[in-house]
Amino acid sequence: MEKYRLDPTKGLEFGLYTLGDHLPDPHTGKKISAEQRIHEIIKLAQLAEQAGIDFFSVGESHQDYFVTQAHAVVLSAIAQATKKIKLSSSSTIISTSDPVRVYENFATIDLISKGRVEIVAGRASRIGLFDLLGYDIRDYEALFEEKFDLLLQINDSEQVNWEGEFRAPLKNASVLPRPLNGSMPIWRAVGGSPASAIKAGYAGVPIYLAHLGGPATSFKQSIDAYRGALKQSGYNPTDFPVATAGFFYAAETTQQALRDMYPHINEGMKLTNGQGFPKQHFAQGAHEHNVMNIGSPQQIIEKILYQHELFGHQRYIGQMDFGGMPFDKLKKNIEIIGTEILPAIKKHTARK
Amino acid sequence: MKIVGISGSRIGTKTKTAMGYTLHVLKENYSEVETKLIDLADYEIPFSDGRHYLEYEGDTGEILQVIMEADALIIGTPIFQASIPASLKNIFDHLPVNALQDKVVSMVITAGSAKHYLIAEQQLKPILGYMKAQIVQTYVFMEEKDFYNQQIINDDVVFRIERLVEDTVTLTETYANIRQTKEAKYGF
Repeated sequence: MEKYRLDPTKGLEFGLYTLGDHLPDPHTGKKISAEQRIHEIIKLAQLAEQAGIDFFSVGESHQDYFVTQAHAVVLSAIAQATKKIKLSSSSTIISTSDPVRVYENFATIDLISKGRVEIVAGRASRIGLFDLLGYDIRDYEALFEEKFDLLLQINDSEQVNWEGEFRAPLKNASVLPRPLNGSMPIWRAVGGSPASAIKAGYAGVPIYLAHLGGPATSFKQSIDAYRGALKQSGYNPTDFPVATAGFFYAAETTQQALRDMYPHINEGMKLTNGQGFPKQHFAQGAHEHNVMNIGSPQQIIEKILYQHELFGHQRYIGQMDFGGMPFDKLKKNIEIIGTEILPAIKKHTARK
Repeated sequence: MKIVGISGSRIGTKTKTAMGYTLHVLKENYSEVETKLIDLADYEIPFSDGRHYLEYEGDTGEILQVIMEADALIIGTPIFQASIPASLKNIFDHLPVNALQDKVVSMVITAGSAKHYLIAEQQLKPILGYMKAQIVQTYVFMEEKDFYNQQIINDDVVFRIERLVEDTVTLTETYANIRQTKEAKYGF
């Protein structure tokens, strides 16, 4: 776990992630400026740090209603504005980027932040960026596997000799600068099916699982398959952390939390995904065994502890700013996390 | 309420004739319903390459958006080689898995002979069910002898189309009411 800068004896890490969506507030129909949204994201990271939150990450998405296409640039500003919170992408679309460039960017942010940066590399859930950046989506799988593998090689050694299909070969190439401690944690972003988690297990890399909704037990299948694949490849599963990510929102009561968040998720999904979030599914999100962490602080604490027991994961990352959620509501949530949720989670998951 | 008719083939005239008449009945009887007929013969639609439907432009993007915004679909299809045509399946392949959730879907089937009566039951209904449609269970099936000079000449078919249109509108209203009542009970 040290390789991934994680100390499980301190308990489950708690983080926040933003996809950098730039959507109107469904109650007012108004959208804040891109400038304001980016500054609010930076401020959110600062507040998260002050509240004792362990981790903050920013996603890359190249489509309408998003503002953090240049997510590494935003992370760089956050690195300068904070001192101790861990920072990451969530995720970097490695398929349509040059791994050398990505590494240079993130190693630089690691130096700016004094060793706090990680990379979560993903395949893109939407593929408009393939056209935008000049790639063929028929190479969707192959592009990711090849480029992710190169990214790992660059992380493992300063001198790289490499040949592949989608990029010019590298001969004794030095990829510089190096991160503060020589290398950085690199995670594989994993979506719905266990197939991607299994590939991560064969490759011996940690996984970052996105969980939008549904029973927590069904996500355990991916985690079990991942650990099985690790073992099969001769790795020790206890050396590799698992992170889970999904919707988070706390309010005084669970009903209030559902009421506050639903319009943002539903209207936001309509604009970015073409279909809203069915109310019936969202209502089930309040169930203690549903993976969505939406509810009263006590309800959320119980849910996260249940998930921790089930998954044995090392980090949970919540998304609470989707769909034009007003900044004062985000601030209130950070306060609740810092004063009520974090202390309880750490108390129950830290190994004494 | 928005109801979209789809004429699912690029070949032949029976499905186009049947759908033209179906939409005519709909407009005559339900002037408050917003209607549109998509005849796939009028569009160039590539095979699905797996991208999200919002990422398509031109004809494809336009058709997919119209379908997604509809409250109900009336799908017209011929039977080719004992199945629905690829042009129609291609539309389903472009859409998300839950695309038909909260939509009512009814079917108008044309075929060369009565021997293909169960194709809709065995091939189209499973796709609609998988995509979460509320299916109007009874569909209209018509064959070669029901047409003459691109007109429907069988009164039985005419009456069945009228009933299908009525059932489609009634079920769409009913389902919307049921859903609204149910959702109001969640209290958020």
